Amino acid sequence: MGDPRLSRRGFLAASAAAGVGMTALSGCGGDSDGASSDGTTTIEWWNISTTEPTKSVWAALAKKFEAQNPKVKVKIVQLENDAYKSKMTALTASGKLPDIFHTWGGGVLKQQVDAGLVEDLTDRTKDFADGLLPVAKEPYLLDEKVYGIPFDIGMIGFWYNKALFKDAGIAGPPTTWSEFLDAVRKLKAKGTTPLALAGKEKWPGMYYWAYLSMRTAGASALQEAYDDKDFTGDPFVQAGQHLQELVDLQPFQKGFLGAAYSTPTGQAAAVGNGKAAMELMGQWAPVVQADSGKGLGDDLGFFPFPAVDGGKGAITEVFGGGGGHALRSGAPQAAVDFLKFFASEATDVELVKKTGVLPVVPAAESAIADPNIKAVQAQLKAATGFQLYLDQAYAPAVGQEVNDSVAALIAGSRSPQQVAESITQTAKEEQ
Amino acid sequence: MTSTFLPDKRTGPDADVPPPSAGAARGRARRRALHWLTAVGFQVPALVLFLVLVLLPMLFALYAAFFRWGGFGMPSDYVGADNFTRLFEDPVFLRDLWRCLVLVVLSLAIQLPFALAMAVLLNQKLRGRAFYRMLFFGPYVLSEAITGVLFGMIFAPDDGFADRILGGIGLDGLGGEWFADPSMVMATLFLVMTWKYFGFHMMLYLAGLQSIPRELTEAALIDGASAWQRFRSVTLPLLAPTLRISVFLSVIGSIQLFDLVWVTTAGGPDHHSETMAVTMFQYGFKRYQVGYASAISVAMFGISLVFALAYQRFVLRRDLQGATTTMRGGAK
Repeated sequence: MGDPRLSRRGFLAASAAAGVGMTALSGCGGDSDGASSDGTTTIEWWNISTTEPTKSVWAALAKKFEAQNPKVKVKIVQLENDAYKSKMTALTASGKLPDIFHTWGGGVLKQQVDAGLVEDLTDRTKDFADGLLPVAKEPYLLDEKVYGIPFDIGMIGFWYNKALFKDAGIAGPPTTWSEFLDAVRKLKAKGTTPLALAGKEKWPGMYYWAYLSMRTAGASALQEAYDDKDFTGDPFVQAGQHLQELVDLQPFQKGFLGAAYSTPTGQAAAVGNGKAAMELMGQWAPVVQADSGKGLGDDLGFFPFPAVDGGKGAITEVFGGGGGHALRSGAPQAAVDFLKFFASEATDVELVKKTGVLPVVPAAESAIADPNIKAVQAQLKAATGFQLYLDQAYAPAVGQEVNDSVAALIAGSRSPQQVAESITQTAKEEQ
Repeated sequence: MTSTFLPDKRTGPDADVPPPSAGAARGRARRRALHWLTAVGFQVPALVLFLVLVLLPMLFALYAAFFRWGGFGMPSDYVGADNFTRLFEDPVFLRDLWRCLVLVVLSLAIQLPFALAMAVLLNQKLRGRAFYRMLFFGPYVLSEAITGVLFGMIFAPDDGFADRILGGIGLDGLGGEWFADPSMVMATLFLVMTWKYFGFHMMLYLAGLQSIPRELTEAALIDGASAWQRFRSVTLPLLAPTLRISVFLSVIGSIQLFDLVWVTTAGGPDHHSETMAVTMFQYGFKRYQVGYASAISVAMFGISLVFALAYQRFVLRRDLQGATTTMRGGAK
């Protein structure tokens, strides 16, 4: 065997060179910042619409905007939901956000605002933002200032099977908690499973506690309790007790503790196949019911979460959330123009018709065809109070603790008092 | 492999001979240095990968376990051993430990003996044994996620395959809520684990059985040993090295169990099927309490490490020394 050292060294040199090359490559990637020499402005638009039809509809809208504003180029960056969240966390840490970016409002947006990274849009968007649906703007209002413009809004409510309600002799959708419990009893007496619940996923159970808290303590109480790190007030314990009353009736489907939400044996399918009479879910429920089960068609109805007798909250107060866009601080005027274009009636009608979102421009509501979505829209329009989804409004650990401890309450291993205490403790730990 | 690159411990005639001249010595030293460089050069890519992808993250997890940290930026909020104190006051984690022990005991008491029985059976002359071997090994090839989804459907209350079959043969009473029943979830999970993993251990045993010389069993047969005696006194001792490895893999697997649980129950209902790895995931990637999650992972690592070292020291030592059994040791 000859001396292979020379060739070995050659190989080593080559691999070292390759290594250096890789490092150099990863250093690539430019940063275009607004106006270029020929007077065109490029605005970067980061969104999470990676699925059809929204993806193409949004791309077409960007083209339309470019056609109307020849000096502006829109560069679309699309990231899948979770990838977007982690990318944005990294960008927030680095101190520079994209010109236009997707936001859910609430706690994350507040963090970005506190870091001085988000443009205050209060004055710059006043001319068109004033006309938008008030409840849709709620998630982006921080200290009375506008930091985002919505393009979608939704809410949680009960989706019910009209035929099963009729069979059980229930006159109409219940409007108070005791009427609701009566309806549950009537359905049970008839041998029907009153409610479907995805116990495995925890968040669907949390909706009950969150709404009950809003009804007993008032719409602003959940946010205030989080800010004060104190959930031990009587109304929160009462909310747990009301949920306990419901759980004691054993209203859920068999094996609900192990059920998922959107699988063929899950919560949505149970309602969609007519096996359970109701579910508490967002405006997307009809789509998921039809996807995972048969879907109820005309038998499907919607009613808002009932009021609790003697509670501070009203039935018109809404638990929900949506999507919006915010601008980085110092974003060019073209970005504001784009927000205006995106929140125009013409755009919104197109979004409602083609991508199935709920309108944020009141005049666009004529584009809704589905009677149930119309009912949701009516509820949103008449909303007198609003609470953003807790996973947006709260720090992740607190949101998860709410899910966890409410799940334990439903499973019978924690008392209403313990739920209030453990959420309080986690909120305190999160400083 | 090292010896070809590092010929510095040279024995033989020229090892004792004094260097003829300083120049020649320098030449030899240079060559030795070159050998060293080459060796190091070849190891660098592997070492760097190991360092960056294994060692540093491990050390970093250990470091992060002493901080309250949300997972972004560098950890700065030093809390001392708080995360570890919290760990041993956390009812969920303490029950994780208990569940881990239960799984280990069940695996060793039921799953492995069952695998051994099947292996012995399929080592006989049996029509279609190749088919059965393949059949029983099949589940091991499936991914954990697919297994989880599959059994999620099979054990769906009422509508699932299991309940329908039991109902169909008039045994409705045996059916139940499976994964959805806090008192039944661990048993169901263990059933799925056995289905999934016994084939792997069976294959190990089969390989072990086939390396046992037939003459030994034949000799025992001639001596008048019964089937049980042949199994007990010939097969089992000769299979011992394989058994020891299989026990090791099974215990480590139980300590680190994650995917199957995550897909079927996500630890529920109400934490009744949560394992250490699931709890760690919940805190690390759902609550973003990465410091605490790191403490859990450090605890898991510690438990695995202590077990692995103790097992190697006390149980595997004989195998590692090369004297696999007393019988073969004697022959050597």
